[in-house]
This record gives sequence, C-alpha cells and structure tokens, in this order.
Amino acid sequence: MASINIKLNDQKIAQLQAICKEFNNDKGELINVLHKAQHLFGYLPAEVQEVIAKELNTSVAHVYGVVSFYSFFTMTPKGEYPISICMGTACYVRGAEKVLDEFKRILKVKVGETTGDGKFSLSCLRCVGACGLAPVVMVGEKVYGRVAPDGVKDILDEYLKQ
Amino acid sequence: MEMINLTIDNKKIQVEKGTSLLDAAKTVGINIPTLCYLHLHDLDITNKPAGCRICVVEVKGRRNLAPACVTECTEGMEVNTHNIRVLNARKTVMELILSDHPTDCLVCAKSGNCELQSLAHELGIRKLHYQGEQSHYREDTSPAIIRDVDKCIMCRRCEMMCNDVQTVGVLSAVNRGFMSVVAPAFEMNLDHSVCTYCGQCVAVCPTGALTEVDHTNSVIRALADPSKTVIVQTAPAVRAALGEEFGMEPGTLVTGKLVAALRRLGFDYVFDTDFAADLTIMEEGTELLDRLNRHLSGDKDVKLPILTSCCPGWVNFFEHQFPEMRDIPSTARSPQQMFGSIAKTYFADKLGIKRENMVVVSIMPCLAKKYECARDEFKVDGNPDVDFAVSTRELANLIKQSNIDFNSLDDDDFDRPLGESTGAGVIFGVTGGVIEAATRTAYEVFTGKKLEKVEFQQLRGMEWVRSATVDFDGLPIKIGIAHGLGNARKLLEDVRDGKADFHAIEIMACPGGCIGGGGQPLHHGDSSILKARTAAIYREDESKVIRKSHENPFIIQLYEEFLGKPCSHKSHQLLHTHYFDKSKAVEIE
Repeated sequence: MASINIKLNDQKIAQLQAICKEFNNDKGELINVLHKAQHLFGYLPAEVQEVIAKELNTSVAHVYGVVSFYSFFTMTPKGEYPISICMGTACYVRGAEKVLDEFKRILKVKVGETTGDGKFSLSCLRCVGACGLAPVVMVGEKVYGRVAPDGVKDILDEYLKQ
Repeated sequence: MEMINLTIDNKKIQVEKGTSLLDAAKTVGINIPTLCYLHLHDLDITNKPAGCRICVVEVKGRRNLAPACVTECTEGMEVNTHNIRVLNARKTVMELILSDHPTDCLVCAKSGNCELQSLAHELGIRKLHYQGEQSHYREDTSPAIIRDVDKCIMCRRCEMMCNDVQTVGVLSAVNRGFMSVVAPAFEMNLDHSVCTYCGQCVAVCPTGALTEVDHTNSVIRALADPSKTVIVQTAPAVRAALGEEFGMEPGTLVTGKLVAALRRLGFDYVFDTDFAADLTIMEEGTELLDRLNRHLSGDKDVKLPILTSCCPGWVNFFEHQFPEMRDIPSTARSPQQMFGSIAKTYFADKLGIKRENMVVVSIMPCLAKKYECARDEFKVDGNPDVDFAVSTRELANLIKQSNIDFNSLDDDDFDRPLGESTGAGVIFGVTGGVIEAATRTAYEVFTGKKLEKVEFQQLRGMEWVRSATVDFDGLPIKIGIAHGLGNARKLLEDVRDGKADFHAIEIMACPGGCIGGGGQPLHHGDSSILKARTAAIYREDESKVIRKSHENPFIIQLYEEFLGKPCSHKSHQLLHTHYFDKSKAVEIE
C-alpha cells in the first residue's frame, strides 16, 4: 500500500462525520459514503477510512476491503492533471492500449499511480460516450479524440507549459 | 412444521422446510464434500459463503449445478450428488483451487491435518492439469499467529470468526479477483492491528494459511541445555483434548499420561497451571469480596461488576476496544503468569537457583498466551516469567518427535508443590468455570459457612451469554458469563451503558472457553468435540478430593511461607498487573 501520512484536521473530520450522518451512519451506505468522501479529499487515505469505520460502526478492515475492491476508489492522491484513457470496446479496438503504453512510458508510472512531482496521474475508464472519437483520452474534464501514440507527448506538453 | 418431499440420489426423503440440500443428504447417509462451509452446531456458528463450489450437485430442471450448502430443498426436487457431470465439475473446481496453491505439503505445518489435502485425496486428484500464475504475498509473523497467505483459499471462515463471532474486525477480504486475499486493514501485519490473538481464525482455517508460531524447537533446545532447570506447567483444558492428537475419543482425560509424557520429554519438574488457577481464585476472589464489601458499606467509587482477567485474548480485546473501562477487570494476572512469577521467585529460591537459569514452559490451549508471556510487564530485567507458551498441538508434535508412544504410557502424578490443585482449578478450562471456582471460595469466605454442594449448575452451559444469581446467605450475588468476544462486547456495552446489573462477570474469548481455544487439536467443524471436552473437565473436577481453591494445602503453604495473605503487598507485586490503553497503539505506516 501507499505510505502516506496525513493528519486530518478537526474541520476535515467534522466534514467526514457530516457525510456519514447524511447517510444515517448506516454501514449499508458505505459505498455512498466513500464516494462522497473521495469527492471531498480526492482520494481515501487510511485515516479517512478509519474515521468512516468508526462513524459507521464497522471495522477498518471491512472499509479497506471495499476501497480495495472497487477500482474507482483510490488511496493515492490524484495528480494535478488526472489523465484517463478510455478502454471501452471502441477505443480499445482503435488502439487505446498503445496510447496508454505511451503515457506509461513517458510518465514512468503505472495505471493508478501519480507522477513524483504530483502533476499527472494515470487511470483507465470505460466509455465516456464519445465512441465516434475513439480512442479517447481525458485530462481533467477536457476530452481529446482520435489520439495516436505519437500525439501523447503534445498533450502532456500542453500541461507542462502551464 | 411444513415438510418437503424430494429425491436425492434416487432416495426419497422428507425434510423440514428450510433444510439445505447438504443437511438433507446427510440424513440418508450421503456426505456431500464441502470446503468453505463450516457449521458448529451447538454454538450456532455458520460459514457458508458458497464460494468454493466443491459441494455442487445437479438439480433436475436447473441449468447450473447448485451449491448444496446454500440451496434449500423444494417440493419434488430431484438431486444427483455424484453423476459424471457433478464429479467432473467438483474435480475441476478442486484443480483450479490447487492451481493457485503451493504444493509444499510435505513440509507444511498443516500436513496431515489439512482439509484441502484430505479433500484432494478424497476426490482422487492425481494430476494438476491447470498451471499458471500463482499469487504470492509476504508472510506475516506476529507474536502468536503466522499468516502464510499464499495458502489461503478464500473460504473466509477466519473472516467470519474474526468479525461475526469475535467482533474483533481485523480480517477482511481485500482487493479483487486474482489478487483478492483475506488480510488486516491496509494489508498491514497482525501486530499492527487490533488482533487479540485469540486464535479462532487458526482454529477454523482449513489449510496452512493460518498457523501458530511454533516454539517446539526452543523447548527442545532448553531441555538440552544442562545449565537450565526447565519446568513445565499445563493448563486445565490441555488434558481434556491432547488425547485427540493420538487417536483417542474426544473427551478422553489424559492427565496422567500427559504428566508421564512431559517427564519423559525431560522436564525437571512437571507442574500444573491448575495450581496457579487456585492462586488466581485467592487473589481475584479476595479482590471481588473487597469490592463487594466496600460497595455494601456504601462506597460510591468502587467499581462493580468485577470482570475476570485470566483470558489474554479478552485482555487484549478490552485494551484495544474498551480502554476507558480498563479499571473494571480484576488486576489479578492470569494463572499462566502467576505460575511463572511464583516459579521464578518462590520456587527458584527453594531450589537455590537464579531466575536466568530457570526456563518456564507452559502448555496452553491458547495462542494469545504466546503474546501474553512476551508482554514487557511480565519480565524482570528482560527475563520473562514464562519463557515459552506452546499449544496443545505443538506438545503433541513434541511427543511424537521424541518417539514417545503416548497411548501406552502409565499414568504419572504432578510434582509438588506447584503441581497440587483442586477441582476449582480444573474448571478454569470451560466457560463458567472461573466464576464457579471463585464462587466456591467467595461464598465460604463471605458467609463463613461451608458449602453443601460445590457444583453451581446455574453457571454452566453453552449459551453465549448467561446470567445467574447465587445466594450468599441472604445476599443475592448476580453473575454474568459470556464466551466468545462478540458476546463479551454485548455484555460490556450493557455494563458501560448502565443496563447490566452484575456483581461479577466472567469472560472467555473462545467459544466454549479454553477447551475451544485456538491452540487445541482442530475440531474441523465438529462442535460435539467441544461438548465432550467440557464434560471431561467437569469429570476431572468431580474426581478431585479437594474442590475449593482455598483448601489447597500448597496454596495455604505458599501464603504462609511467602506471600503473607491474598492481595498483600507482595501479592500485588508478583501476582497483579495493570492494563493499557491500546486504542491508539495501532499505527498506520
């Protein structure tokens, strides 16, 4: 697991507790609570999971079990510019994997990881509903269509300049 | 009761509505093989995630094969448990499980006692047709339990025990697909978790994924060292279970053979933890009466109920989960630790040897005892009161390794002075036993009257949470009992919330008490074994001439010669302890 030591401040803990309360501190709502918590923090560090476990009266191991099961949940902070490569059928058959490999090669990270400088994180997703533009890459909210491996560097440069 | 008619392997049968195919088949002599399934009947503990698919059967009219453990019988069902389709599927499932399992059976700690191994044999698996990637995880060694997760088959019995029965919540299935595994939160090691080392996960693990830390070699080395005086103590529950390891009927008492075997192994003195159990009663009973008398005289600060503190799994549990209540349990150390403390002071003095030259080995039905004896507060200048705690299973291995034909041994007697015990000391091994032993002494000390009948049937039984009132000559003493940490939690929450009104509460972490401990011979899901051991313990109690701790002549002598009186200054130094707030001790790395 990633070893990130963060210290939650009281305000953040209160926000988390409020999220849990919104779902009546019901352990059956764990996934919804995690969704909101990840939206709040950008990721789900161990301490966040501990607070949630306590609030929902369940074990941390169980919370971690759910977090580690679903690929949507992450324990690593996302980069400043989160990159998502569509691996849906249309994008896949039009070479998304080669595009992904190129991102991995240039950024020197695996899927689910963040670059050392915290600038980029790499993930895969399934279909953004723009199959006509396959293969599709998203950086933050911006969509890039018909991406070829040799266009990857240009995309990254756009953000490195910023 | 609505009845259901069905046919299993051409046998027509009638069962109650709600019966599973697995149970229905059993009634007509058909044993469908299972792997992840576990059912401890008398304790109402069940694990049936239907994950392994070994128990699949064919149900006529149904497209897929059905897992017998979770499929309910329905009217007119026609079931086949061993046609070629079923047999092929079952073998394929088994081969797939084995394709991601190490094949180091020859040197595996569970070899010969492994449910996966037996099942592979029963199913006639002779070749592994599927070879591919195997999952590898790092081994996790804690003071008591080793997790070798490569051998995990995801039956999830341990997870059920840890969460549903014990409510400790250390183990959970994590990750997904091929990488999924049962692990503590954030895949940290057990010693970074809130694990109590109760060992119930080990007790139900069908493979070698969860085993105890093995100290047999350390014991062999100590016995071979001429500069050491090696003494051994055996816990009450061991004598009621060790025989099983040598093919004897569950419930066979092997006290005499056990002593003989220990002597043959070369221990200089063979003593009994039951002696220390009697000593525990003197200390804990005195503490109970002291709190009771203060309560009766109107002292508002006195903490009642008093909780027993013999069970190290339970101590770990409240230190982690209820640290704010750590002033309620008795401060008396467990019998294992009292024994070690007395052995390395009183007895070492008698022998005229230094504590460094004495090695104390304990034979325990328990894995948490391994952790307990390694606790810093039970050491003097780094030298532990108890050097090694070995489980009943490890002792059986030690006996086998030493070429001792256990079954043909003649009975032998414990040495004195630390081997003499009463029936009260023996019943420490079962749920309700510690409090019954305490009651026998407390009654006589409190009322000044002799007990007509030493058995307190109202304190016995297998129900998870029990309560009883004992009449102390007009004063009703309310007693609560719980076994299994989940039930302890319930009782403790009631105490915390002011909903429970007890004078004394006994807690044991393991189902059935120590006889069902994590270090005992494996029950493989047969709860009648636990009942047989319980009956054996009560038989041993009945066979004893002295059945009340305060009447043990060597306990009386110990107080006269050494300790003074119960809860004296010296007793406090040697026989009592204090507890820690461990709720924050779990670190995330």
